[in-house]
Amino acid sequence: MSPTASALLLTAPAAAPLLVAGAYTLSGARARPPAAAFAAVFTQARKRASAQGSVLVQQALVPTTTRRKRYPTDWVALVSPAVILTCGSLLAADVVADGPRTAYSGLLRADALTVWMLLVIGTVALIACGSAPVYLRGEREAGRASEWTVRRYHVLVQAFLAAMCLAVLTANLGVLWVAIEATTIVTAFLVGHRHTRTSVEAAWKYVVICSAGIALAFLGTVLIYYAARQAGITEAWALDWPTLVAHADRLDPAVTRLGITLIVLGFGAKAGLVPLHAWLPDAHSQAPAPVSALMSGVLLSVAFTAILRYRVIADAALGTGFTRVLLAAIALLTLALAAGLLLAQRDYKRMLAYSSMEHMSLIALATAIGSPLALSAALLHVAGHGLAKSVAFCASGRILQLTGTTRMGRVRGLIARTPSLGGAFGLAAVALMAFPPFSLFASELGIARAGFAAGTGLSWVTAAALLLVLLAFAALAARTARMLLGTGTPAHESSSAVWPLALGLAACAALGVATGPLTDLLHAAAHAIGGQ
Amino acid sequence: MNGGLYTQLLDLACGLFLLAAVLVLWVRELAVIVRIFALQGIALAALAVLLGAHEQRWDLIGVGIGIGLLRAGVLPYLMRRALAAITADRQRYGTAVAESRETQPLVNVAASLLTAALLTLLAYAVARPLTELNPTPATRALPVGLAVVLIGFFVLVTRRRALAQVVGFLLLDNGITATAFLATSGVPLIVELGVSFDVLLAVLVLQILTTRMREAFGTTDIDDLRELHD
Repeated sequence: MSPTASALLLTAPAAAPLLVAGAYTLSGARARPPAAAFAAVFTQARKRASAQGSVLVQQALVPTTTRRKRYPTDWVALVSPAVILTCGSLLAADVVADGPRTAYSGLLRADALTVWMLLVIGTVALIACGSAPVYLRGEREAGRASEWTVRRYHVLVQAFLAAMCLAVLTANLGVLWVAIEATTIVTAFLVGHRHTRTSVEAAWKYVVICSAGIALAFLGTVLIYYAARQAGITEAWALDWPTLVAHADRLDPAVTRLGITLIVLGFGAKAGLVPLHAWLPDAHSQAPAPVSALMSGVLLSVAFTAILRYRVIADAALGTGFTRVLLAAIALLTLALAAGLLLAQRDYKRMLAYSSMEHMSLIALATAIGSPLALSAALLHVAGHGLAKSVAFCASGRILQLTGTTRMGRVRGLIARTPSLGGAFGLAAVALMAFPPFSLFASELGIARAGFAAGTGLSWVTAAALLLVLLAFAALAARTARMLLGTGTPAHESSSAVWPLALGLAACAALGVATGPLTDLLHAAAHAIGGQ
Repeated sequence: MNGGLYTQLLDLACGLFLLAAVLVLWVRELAVIVRIFALQGIALAALAVLLGAHEQRWDLIGVGIGIGLLRAGVLPYLMRRALAAITADRQRYGTAVAESRETQPLVNVAASLLTAALLTLLAYAVARPLTELNPTPATRALPVGLAVVLIGFFVLVTRRRALAQVVGFLLLDNGITATAFLATSGVPLIVELGVSFDVLLAVLVLQILTTRMREAFGTTDIDDLRELHD
């Protein structure tokens, strides 16, 4: 492949969402007068809604006989997932055959891990952007969204996608930090999109905890840069990941140890690991459903990818023991916390958020084990969790619109009311409980096998983790069953709401049966992060 | 510039930098806290310019001036505006004084100052391997940067006014920037630009959220944020 072509493929995943975001901004600037009229209409609608809120929700349930308004611009958002997936697939073939690609004198770089993450981002974004139009229509009809807020939603979601793509595509660890911090800033207003008390509180906690947490990661980055400069690496290459990996044995161990600890804690905050996890359930439960899907499905694992990258440097500089103990301890603590809070949960969106913490801690545990099998399983788990969790969150957004509550006690008989939606939510929960044929079964089995093969210390940790997973499993199963089963009056659900969910579930199941053409990529990715 | 004068000026700038962080713990008036923060920004800029002059690197001096404009000019201006909006709004209800002061921090002033001393000691202990790696006048001042990071974290955890938390976050950030300058004369330019941009945007986001918080809760007391919990 020519250098120009690979530069194009490396630029497009981050540039395309930015262009789409720009298009949404411009479309707003042109159509201002009608937008103002819409705003007036929706203010009236909102006033009515507050006066007779429950009545309006009831009305939204009844299929209206009048022709529904169409919003074709909502579908434009699907351009970016398509571009990301296309570039990911093209790069996949190339990277597996010929090794990593670089562009812009090493600033952007695609290895197998990058490509794997790009494919996950693209698929999850496809599910989230595909189910967004139906969700947004529901919000408009309930009077909770005006044309202006919908446009802002699109612009921010596209910028969010661009930041995540940049984070996985860059080889410069400083730029990686900037991109991950940018995701916090971009999503702040998506978390706080309603001006209610809960949503402002969630947004505040989100920005303060994530920014402070990730500031620690920056301090860690500075310390690694210091160690690299003292090891004789020049200024331009001292934050370059391949250079650092190649010269990691020259880094000062004491400084590297301090830096890596800060980095694991800092990026761990963004990946939903203890001790800085408190933002996660609040933000996930308050954000619009498609954004929750993106945050839980890919943002957490993109942040974790940063830890995966640094782990390679740390293992070469310090030996494998240090990161192993650190990550295993963090994983076990997170898992215990998530399992405990899952048992006590009454809100289904928060339940899904704690389930994300559970799965991230399993990925952290697999990283701590660090054998090729464990790393492959971790990457497969990233993909499986992203798919299943984004389906679950997108379905939960529709459930919230149908029932008007996030309390699990007040939701009954979902399967009887809307078989397609209830079925998708149920199957996603089954996938999250790691039943076959879904890929989470294969990856959790892989993690357990690798854990028991890794020696006594890690076997005990794995055993404890499996016990906690069982606890989380029981909590999730009992609560979802109560939501799904029971009697209810059937309601209409359009087919355009269901196809992204069905697609996600099918992909998750297919990955569980056979990784097919992705097998080579998966092994190459595990190899790139130290699974020798 | 000769070696002795350079070291003295560097230590003076670092001293001012640390002093400003400690003063933030001491003062309760939010307007004064913002002014002290601006002072710290000037000390940080002076630090960068001194290092640039010593190593005769013009780009570093440029970065230092840019940092000074951001940390001592733009960010304090944004915070003053947020503060003015809060007090102007609350004057009608006669609670303006309560809003513009950190009335009851979680930890009282005496204990805060004591903690700051302990945190500084901790920073010196932690920074020992960093100084040993390359002992120069600049890296010997490294613990100051780490101490400000720790104090910033402490402010973030113990203060209850939204704006005081923002100052805590910015102290943390100033500390990290100072560490970067003292250890390696700053990170590469592209990273420095990205970081500054991110910090600016984070403060803008927090400022807007403060306004919303006032609209939704009628106060900017973080203790009132207790709708979401398990």
